[in-house]
Amino acid sequence: MANDPSEKGPAPEPPGGKAEGAAVPPKPAGEGAAAPPKPAAPAAPAAAAPPKPPPPPKETGPKPVPLDNELVQRLKARFGDAIREATLDRKQAIVLIAAAQLREISRYCRDEEKFDLLTDLTAVDWPKREKRFDIILNLYSFNKNERLRLKAHAAENEAVPSVVNVWPTADWLERECYDMFGVVFEGHPDLKRILLPDEWQGHPLRKDYDILTQDTAWVRENLGIESGQ
Amino acid sequence: MNAEHDNSGSTVTTTVLGADEIILNMGPQHPSTHGVLRVKLKLDGERVVGSECIIGYLHRGVEKIAEHRSYQQFAPYVDRMDYVAAVSNGLGYCEAVEKLLGAEAPPRARVVRTILTELQRIASHLVWLGTHALDIGALTPVFYCFREREEILKIFEKYCGARLTTHSFRIGGLQYETYDGFEQDVKRFCEDFAQKIDEYETLLTENRIWVGRTKGVGILSAEDAIALGVTGPVLRASGRKWDIRKAFPYAAYDQYDFEIPTGPAGDTYDRYLVRMEEMRQSRRICLQAIENIPSGPIMAKVGKVLKPPPGEVYHSIEAPKGELGYYIVSDGTTQPYRVRVRPPSFINLQAFDRMARGALVADVVAIIGTIDIVLGEVDR
Repeated sequence: MANDPSEKGPAPEPPGGKAEGAAVPPKPAGEGAAAPPKPAAPAAPAAAAPPKPPPPPKETGPKPVPLDNELVQRLKARFGDAIREATLDRKQAIVLIAAAQLREISRYCRDEEKFDLLTDLTAVDWPKREKRFDIILNLYSFNKNERLRLKAHAAENEAVPSVVNVWPTADWLERECYDMFGVVFEGHPDLKRILLPDEWQGHPLRKDYDILTQDTAWVRENLGIESGQ
Repeated sequence: MNAEHDNSGSTVTTTVLGADEIILNMGPQHPSTHGVLRVKLKLDGERVVGSECIIGYLHRGVEKIAEHRSYQQFAPYVDRMDYVAAVSNGLGYCEAVEKLLGAEAPPRARVVRTILTELQRIASHLVWLGTHALDIGALTPVFYCFREREEILKIFEKYCGARLTTHSFRIGGLQYETYDGFEQDVKRFCEDFAQKIDEYETLLTENRIWVGRTKGVGILSAEDAIALGVTGPVLRASGRKWDIRKAFPYAAYDQYDFEIPTGPAGDTYDRYLVRMEEMRQSRRICLQAIENIPSGPIMAKVGKVLKPPPGEVYHSIEAPKGELGYYIVSDGTTQPYRVRVRPPSFINLQAFDRMARGALVADVVAIIGTIDIVLGEVDR
């Protein structure tokens, strides 16, 4: 977990804290199992044994690196602090922005930077983070033949500006995002569920919605069975 | 383009109706909806004045399942989204995970993947052509289309044992070597197929009823198509020459010559012509690829346990229906943290309302057919 990107502690399984204590190492970092599990104790008085530097990451796979190209500079000049961070992951540009400015930045990307196609809009849930949702917009520019990913963090009850007025295709995509994650898009003309029944309770792609969970009351009432499993 | 898009009234209100307006339900069990799609139409006489698609009947929570499977275990599930183009689904997923790992399939695997995927494109377009013509009232083409599709499925069966949901690729390359006679089978099919496409065209292209039912029906301008995120043959028939095989070449597409057909008018007839030409181009790609399949390994060294380094990737391919994208987030464990599928059918179906407004009820059937949706992919 040495090369974790900005989001910390993505491992969803152990419900206990990941930062403090951590008597059990959260993940077997090297599955070679040669290294005994080090009790990661920063306050340990074991001065005798100088803490070994973490084993070099044996996976030489791709890693996110900071990005500072002309597009990012233009965005920063225009929107200042709303452009939080820009990275390049697997050669793909990702710009982290402030959720409140999502619509303005989207409109700028469409009109000035010619990202005229909203390829996809979705979310990722990081329940342990203060603002648990990543809102992801994948953009494409026909002129430049280039993709750009906008990312914004949103808290559980925080309304995210809708981009339906910028790209009409966002209509169904935002409805799906609302359906699956419960993210509310402010300014959407008709925000309602799209794949699940309107009366369904819960948002299944949240990490705290277990894979076997279902709206049993709905299933009993509408399907006449005890369980859909 | 700089104007704000007007999205008001995108849905059908059942409560506010004009004096002559009625609401008509189509589906979810209507045969021409190609699965379980329910369309609520607001009609003024025979004219459609508004519509709303009601979907989700086939929702299986594929993206949730992905988070509880290892990377390899999830691969067979993707075949069951667009089940008439399972090979394309598998290619997109395998390449996305390879990108996430920083691995690449060996050249031989990439060429074999290209051949199978192009055969799948032909098979998928044949299903579209047969059913689309059937919906409009031309009963003959479907028999011819399924006759040729059968030959493609036989090649798949001989290659991997399965015909429909093939699971034919693996992350890192291929599970199986090609069988003896694979090249000859593909070659024979492609050589025969040229005249078969001409045969379909004699049934339809200048058929007065076909032209009357498709020309000027369901027009979608290029601006509308882009604003609505539409991709694939529907976008190209509106005049925008864009194909991911050319824009971001994957597999082995950069090695072959092929054209991207476009249409001028963006109507149902143009979409028909574009897909017919795409089948010819797919045939061309197969014939070029079969001439020179490089020798060598068919699997890259990716290891048995896949643990992509933390991070994320978006990878998309030109599936028969449009841009099929996978957005995968890894947290460094053996299971994906999030798999998002960007389904072409779902997003293209959203353009239905724009295409159907002002059309007749009978045209609705033509418009659903021309978008070429598979409900398994719309609902996932």
